[in-house]
Amino acid sequence: MANKRYAYYSGCSLEGTAVEYDKSVRLIFDALGVDYIEPEDWSCCGSTPAHTIDHVFAAALAARNLSIIEKMGLDTVAVPCPACLMAFKKAQYFMEKDETFKEKVNELLDEKYNCGVYAKSTLQVLYEDVGLDEITKRVTHVIPDMKVAPYYGCITNRPPKLAQFDDPENPISMDKILSAIGIEVCDFAFKVECCGAAFGVPKKDMVNRLSAKVISMAIEAGANCIAVACPLCQQNLDLRQEQINKTTGSNFNIPVLYFTQIMGLAYGYSPKELGLDKLIVSADNFVHSRLTKEQHELLKQEQEKGKKKEVKKQETQEEENP
Amino acid sequence: MKTINLTESTDWNFIEEVKKESGQDPSLCYQCGNCTAGCPYSNFFDYPVSQVMRLIQTGQKETILTSKAIWLCATCETCTTRCPCEIDVAHIMDVLRIMARRENKVSEKDIKTFYDSFLDSIKKFGRLYEVGTLISYNLRSGHLFTDSDLGPKVLAHNKIHFLPKKIRGSEKVAKIFERYQESLKKHG
Repeated sequence: MANKRYAYYSGCSLEGTAVEYDKSVRLIFDALGVDYIEPEDWSCCGSTPAHTIDHVFAAALAARNLSIIEKMGLDTVAVPCPACLMAFKKAQYFMEKDETFKEKVNELLDEKYNCGVYAKSTLQVLYEDVGLDEITKRVTHVIPDMKVAPYYGCITNRPPKLAQFDDPENPISMDKILSAIGIEVCDFAFKVECCGAAFGVPKKDMVNRLSAKVISMAIEAGANCIAVACPLCQQNLDLRQEQINKTTGSNFNIPVLYFTQIMGLAYGYSPKELGLDKLIVSADNFVHSRLTKEQHELLKQEQEKGKKKEVKKQETQEEENP
Repeated sequence: MKTINLTESTDWNFIEEVKKESGQDPSLCYQCGNCTAGCPYSNFFDYPVSQVMRLIQTGQKETILTSKAIWLCATCETCTTRCPCEIDVAHIMDVLRIMARRENKVSEKDIKTFYDSFLDSIKKFGRLYEVGTLISYNLRSGHLFTDSDLGPKVLAHNKIHFLPKKIRGSEKVAKIFERYQESLKKHG
């Protein structure tokens, strides 16, 4: 871990509507000693629109970035956004598999890409490379009231042939990370169900309906907040939550946080540092109920004392009135 | 239910084209329906994804390329993940979209307009300019007030940049677009 240096490709969303994801990933990487560097002058990965035009073209938009990273002498790129991740993984897969495809892609690029960069999600870097032990060690705070539904989204772990990480139907990496920092994780059936993805603008109603299912399943599972690892999921569930309520007649008011923001809360960072002010549905109640580990320990002891007193009282009462 | 005369309407070339462009073999599909059962969009599709696969097998080019289904697919990869024959169904859907664009048969104009607005932003600035993409979509699609309800929210939470961030290498990105257009002219 100590010697490994990652390229960190934040992607376009993390400069705009998902700036809090970028902030919190960087904080968590710093806290856990992940050495990363942003590739200079990176460009858009092409995302969903590019692969409706042509696969070579789409791969070229992605590979321009991989080529920059390769020239920096790095072999792994950490990617917080699943759409960017999949764009990189698809470009890599087709270029490695098919020499003609690779040549065609390189013909579109100024700097050739030689397929030397492996893309990993931020989630994968934290889960596999940093590891749960290190993640637990850094914890300073407890959020006793939080019950989280871990929502991975559709393409963080799928398709398995490309993702090469965790389970495609019932992933557990985010569950385990959140448990490792002391958060109660709900058994959530819609972990990988699609929220409506990039159709929010042209097909609002459809997206609202799909997102509504995700939220209602989370609530049914007993969650009072949702953890995400994707800027588009966050936007569809949080920014569009009022739209969802209008479209489906629901009455949701559930905070949707990036899993890295939740880690940041457990690591004692301030709401401002974690960009919690960027959330449309406020998560402030978790900040207010947050305790340091010591405070939490004291509280637990007091509660136990209280319980013992209660038991004693009952025992004496029973003795007096058998 | 619509009856299809296969003797008259099967386009054998189309079957071969899909095979070649996707690198997949649609004839492996035995209509188990696993893809459709898992597809979050089945409710919104005119042809559920397993029927799209069947329509490919029977060479129903026009029906498929003018369908809404191929554009409403979000590439969520559920079908690909669950296909027992390991067909990359989502990739085939992608190939169908590309073909529909090429033949100017796109049924879901708004989705195409959104994608085009997105790509224009990349060509101009090298990265996505969210506000510009939305404005461009609203003007081009004629749906002037799309997501105008979100405006106050993103403003109040300071979530957007009003001005685009142009990267230094934006010309290099634009060149990818240009070279791609040239390659189309060369190879047809």
